[in-house]
Amino acid sequence: MADDYVRYIERTREYYLAEGYNNPYQWAHFEDIPFTPLTKSLRECRVGLVTTSDIAVRSATGERERVEAQTQVGGVYSIPFDTPAERLFSRNEFYDRYETNLNDVNAYCPVTRLREFATEGRIGSLPPRFHGVYTAYSNRLIMERDAPEVLRRCREDKVDAVILTPI
Amino acid sequence: MSLVARHLEANGIPTVIFGVARDIVEYAGVPRFVFTDFPLGNPCGKPFDAAMQRAILETGFDLLEHATGPGVTVTTPFVWSEDDSWKKKVFTKERPFMEGEVLERWEKAKERYRRQKREGNV
Repeated sequence: MADDYVRYIERTREYYLAEGYNNPYQWAHFEDIPFTPLTKSLRECRVGLVTTSDIAVRSATGERERVEAQTQVGGVYSIPFDTPAERLFSRNEFYDRYETNLNDVNAYCPVTRLREFATEGRIGSLPPRFHGVYTAYSNRLIMERDAPEVLRRCREDKVDAVILTPI
Repeated sequence: MSLVARHLEANGIPTVIFGVARDIVEYAGVPRFVFTDFPLGNPCGKPFDAAMQRAILETGFDLLEHATGPGVTVTTPFVWSEDDSWKKKVFTKERPFMEGEVLERWEKAKERYRRQKREGNV
């Protein structure tokens, strides 16, 4: 059924209340939604990619990078678009580990698929890098610091449109 | 993610989000949203199913090219499994979302944020 999708806001509120957390997360909510129409064909567009799926790069020797504790909260990072997909992996731990896995980066950060579409001409081109945003635990931090930084980098990359993927 | 999309869009860059947590994304209010009714982790299709991943991206391309106003959700036709029971188990005692080390790391990260906030660094 298409309309029986999981209501995460309700479900997580109930779950954490039962776990003894009585301070439910305030999900971002806006009435007004911005809109910018695409003014040319995607075949002529440079298409950017931004993800919150916490992507890291394995070292060239194939050794899995040690998971370092982050020293800051949130923050923006960039990774070369031509990094081989098999060297990319996600450090995210907030996925449904009972049902699925993060073994294929293209299931949440579709670098290979986008490269295919660029080669075939379905999209004009890709920028030299894609961007990631770490979890910030704060809507204010995202709006005041991280979102403007993503915009700055996307402008530097001269992209015409952006694809965004959470986990 | 939704906040980043909104910021790009408000500053002249068209965006499309691919996601599985429909209520969270729609509650935030985003310009274009491609929803696939899958578990958290695979918003762009099943692992190693390139054909499905392409079809989902193509849905987003189509939306980018044809949307005439904000707040549009397009649902892809894919189903995770014949049996829908996984949806009922998400965030339940039967399937704790986080436990052990994962839960500890999450708590530590939250504490790090609180500490930096107290110190006025974020």
